[in-house]
Amino acid sequence: MTIMRSILGAAAALALTAGIASAEPAIIFDLGGKFDKSFNESAYTGAKRWADKTGGTFREIEMQSEAQREQALRRLAESGSNPVVMTGFAFGNVLAEVAPDYPDTSFAIIDMVVDQPNVRSVVFSEHEGSYLVGMLAANASKSGTVGFIGGMDIPLIRKFACGYAEGVKSVNPDAKIISNMTGTTPAAWNDPVKGSELTKAQVSQGADVVFAAAGGTGVGVLQAAADEGILSIGVDSNQNHLHPGKVLTSMVKRVDNAVEKAFDDGPGFETGIVVMGVSNEGVGFAMDENNADIVDANWKSAADMAAEKISSGELSVHDYMADNTCPALEF
Amino acid sequence: MDFSTLIQVLDSTLRLATPLLLACLAGLFSERSGIFDIGLEAKMLISAFFSAAFAYTTGSVWLGLLAGIAASMVFAFIHGLASITFRGNQLISGVALNFLASGMTVLIAQSWFSQGGRTPSLIGGARFEGLELPFAIGPTDAAAAGRPLSQMLAEAGPLQLFYSELISGHSILVYIALAAVPATWWILFRTRFGLRLRAVGENPAAVDTAGISVVGLRYAAIGIVGILCGLAGAYLATGLQAGFVKDMTAGRGYIALAALIFAKWRPWHALGACMLFGLLQALALRTDVVEALFPFKMPVQLLDSMPYILTVVILAGFVGKAIPPRAGGQPYVKER
Repeated sequence: MTIMRSILGAAAALALTAGIASAEPAIIFDLGGKFDKSFNESAYTGAKRWADKTGGTFREIEMQSEAQREQALRRLAESGSNPVVMTGFAFGNVLAEVAPDYPDTSFAIIDMVVDQPNVRSVVFSEHEGSYLVGMLAANASKSGTVGFIGGMDIPLIRKFACGYAEGVKSVNPDAKIISNMTGTTPAAWNDPVKGSELTKAQVSQGADVVFAAAGGTGVGVLQAAADEGILSIGVDSNQNHLHPGKVLTSMVKRVDNAVEKAFDDGPGFETGIVVMGVSNEGVGFAMDENNADIVDANWKSAADMAAEKISSGELSVHDYMADNTCPALEF
Repeated sequence: MDFSTLIQVLDSTLRLATPLLLACLAGLFSERSGIFDIGLEAKMLISAFFSAAFAYTTGSVWLGLLAGIAASMVFAFIHGLASITFRGNQLISGVALNFLASGMTVLIAQSWFSQGGRTPSLIGGARFEGLELPFAIGPTDAAAAGRPLSQMLAEAGPLQLFYSELISGHSILVYIALAAVPATWWILFRTRFGLRLRAVGENPAAVDTAGISVVGLRYAAIGIVGILCGLAGAYLATGLQAGFVKDMTAGRGYIALAALIFAKWRPWHALGACMLFGLLQALALRTDVVEALFPFKMPVQLLDSMPYILTVVILAGFVGKAIPPRAGGQPYVKER
């Protein structure tokens, strides 16, 4: 019996060490899938970049339903994957339950704070990125009126709006900012029809640049802006390609950088809250061949300069979520 | 509020009211025949997806429209099968179809286009363009004159502005929706089919005694529902928008049902109700106009919820009485 137990124990220990020796990082994509042209795809790009750079391999799972979250997380942790990165705030509750069961595995969650000793929570300073695109918008606007269209009216989206408004005012203190929220229910994330009506309403009030921070509703905003012949600003991933020459820029959240960093740091990485802002290239504005002709070099250098000032701490952008007020915009 | 702002708000009203109107008339046919249908949302959504997907694949918006109507009719007949043939609970069948459409569209879109449950953006002939009516100032006139359209409209007289901006320039589906109102009235109140359809919603046993098929009439009504919801969905995805996005109907099927009750199941009143609800939505988009109209700070959320509040007021019997078709919601059993 004792012999049996020690043999089993040895085998288990061997299996465990084998698991750790072959530890590969893993990534879980949230609903929406790997190639959603947005959030998840950005995470995939980061993982892929790490694989190309190091020649390593990584495991991946795409969520197909809500019910799979915990199962997928446990399976990866039990098979020895380390670190495990997941995209999206929806994993928050599940991870808070699962993480204590696997103290030797390092987890990273993006866009959510989970307070566990082995979890790194990556959050973004959206207000800083919004400030920069606000500067570009104010420069590009001929009418002196710019628009903001948010999705659901939640503090996170007001954080976008507030940073944007501050950026606009920094360039043109007299600028008029029209701010609309699509709705107060989750349906507001997926109502492109209302998004495009809001855009048309803002156009008739004189807006000639609109910034959409509204998920699927933003598709309608960008479409209507292109149809009406005004400029729009995309969000999260680089959406400049959706309507080449008509999307001024995009406020990008560099989820890819966050994923690559987590993979680079490997098992046992530093945990706690990581804030991705302008200073560590977590947020920014997108420049590529689609908008190279519509963004003036002077506007770009002004925005770049502001980015440097934000990085050095010389300039601080108001964070709506810090005190639920906004000096530059009234909601 | 000046005249051109008023025209802009009304223009927006017309666009927002069109899908409501089509869905509301669909509900009218269905409920007048005795079939409650809370699955209007599902049929619009499935049609929105298939019209966008086929319009993108084939490059023709008309093929897309046909595919959308076909998909909507398939859903309508599933509802018919459950509630007419198998005499199931009509509300449960409707709710089930709503869930099915919401999940199925995203699933198919993801495996078909791999764009996170969306269809790619439609361009050119894959979209319904606005029709330019004769003598109206439209994009082609602006292109010919080499000046921006907004500038030309600003110079136009009030009548020309009214005609060019409000009457002209909508997609053909808007005009079809408006034409569907008198057509519905004529079918329901001036044809033999309409008389029977209304009778089957009030007293199916009487219709059956006269030797007319209750099941046949109800399936015919369901078929019309499929066509009208198909048009509504296609208008959302290929007329107003350029592609499908997950859950893009955003509760319009339910607002249409509210409009149906508000209109007390009558076609002309349905037009009025949908236009009123459209106007409320359009006003909610124009915070500047709302501020100018009301002396106090009016929350836009209140405007958004007005359709439901008004419907509750009507149902509570404050303004006349809303009496639904008597046999509504009950499957017809020939003999007990």
